[in-house]
Amino acid sequence: MKFIKKLFNIFFLTELLKGLKVTGKKFFAPKFTVQFPEEKTPTSSRFRGLHALRRYPNGEERCIACKLCEAVCPALAITIEAEPREDGSRRTTKYEIDLFKCIYCGFCEEACPVDAIVETRIMHYHFEHRSEQIMTKDKLLAIGDKYEPMIAKDKAADSIYR
Amino acid sequence: MTNLETQIIALIWTVVKIVCIVLPLMICVAYLTYAERKVIGYMQLRIGPNRVGWFGLLQPIADAVKLLHKEIIQPTLSNHYLFAVAPILSIAPALAAWAVIPFMPNVVLADINAGVLYLFAMSSIGVYGILIAGWASNSKYPMFSAMRSAAQTISYEIAMGFAFVGVLLAAGSMNLQTIVLAQQGGIWHWYALPLFPLFIVYWISGVAETNRAPFDVAEGESEIVAGFHVEYSGMPFGIFFLAEYANMILISTITSLLFLGGWLSPFEHIPLLGKLTSFIPGIVWLLAKIAFLLFVYLWMRATFPRFRYDQIMRLGWKFLIPVALVWLCLVAVAVVVKFPPWFN
Repeated sequence: MKFIKKLFNIFFLTELLKGLKVTGKKFFAPKFTVQFPEEKTPTSSRFRGLHALRRYPNGEERCIACKLCEAVCPALAITIEAEPREDGSRRTTKYEIDLFKCIYCGFCEEACPVDAIVETRIMHYHFEHRSEQIMTKDKLLAIGDKYEPMIAKDKAADSIYR
Repeated sequence: MTNLETQIIALIWTVVKIVCIVLPLMICVAYLTYAERKVIGYMQLRIGPNRVGWFGLLQPIADAVKLLHKEIIQPTLSNHYLFAVAPILSIAPALAAWAVIPFMPNVVLADINAGVLYLFAMSSIGVYGILIAGWASNSKYPMFSAMRSAAQTISYEIAMGFAFVGVLLAAGSMNLQTIVLAQQGGIWHWYALPLFPLFIVYWISGVAETNRAPFDVAEGESEIVAGFHVEYSGMPFGIFFLAEYANMILISTITSLLFLGGWLSPFEHIPLLGKLTSFIPGIVWLLAKIAFLLFVYLWMRATFPRFRYDQIMRLGWKFLIPVALVWLCLVAVAVVVKFPPWFN
């Protein structure tokens, strides 16, 4: 009986027809394609993209040069030099992230006691010349200034989990 | 009119007829590639090309333009003459075979009495293009591909031949029009029903003949890169592509003619539906059948993984040929005893 069943399956191509049924069904199933330049896949508020340095609402930069991010960075991508400013507060004179070394682990963001260094949702960026990958303090602050509303929103969304 | 003038007019008529068949065929080939990408995309939950033109409809044109612009590279150590001839040899039979295809009653370029034989010859010659391309490239992967293709074609041609013989026995003619007309009298008279095993055998060997998935070991990209056209670039590669798709359309057409009643309406002799659909010209039914079979081609490609080489050989020799032989004997007996309702 088993043999006859097997023979039947072989001669009537039942297994193949089952396969065709699966693809035939999927032919009419809704499609998942995201039309990239016009549509984008949703990103999480915790997305770890391009870095930014933030400021307080009064314009004072948040970073206090504690160098925790530099210490925690597993890829040694962060270089910080610090000196007291004229008003006596400790600030960085140099804050650089080498994006070629960076592995976007987000440890710097976690280590920061004042939420100064953050990783934003920005993922579409590119470099056209050498040494452009080194994000200087100015560049990082500029990104922070430009995307502050977005960053603040993401931080607020995530704060309940911290 | 002088003799010369009649000859010139005859020549012009022939050229016009050829253009009337080849031009739509080439457009069909171009849009078959588009349909393939769309259908397979849909089956993989993607949407396929949709950027060039409305719904991506200009995609095949863009592809053709791209191929035309590409450099034609000829390997230094190849056999230059054969290397150039191979693409021609693969596309010429695929186009030449259309000479005997009847699109409607009496709408046929050459109404010859050995039509089936001619088709069989043409669809077999197409393999020479692949063989010669593989040999002329003087490179290892094309060579493997040519050998695989040769072995596969020899195996499946036999099964295919037997399927043809079954139809010839049933229709008692090699003329394609006669074969189609022999299937008259309703959908249940189409040879796909009384010759069902032969229909399946023919379809499987047809897919194998055209080197399409799941029988595309000749261009198995996972092990031999692209097989016979590894060394081809630009338009010669494009010609192989054209030939492959033209052959697909050809095999679908032959299958519709031999087994699915060609231009006959499926609603023939059905009380109400037959009358209502009788105004539709035969060519619409033929094209619908061809389109359906082409869809099955793409459907199979989206579904089945590639056969292993020994599996292909086993399927060809141990299943298709015995099945075809047994059914051939049954058909022969049925024809002799005039078995109703098909052979009386």
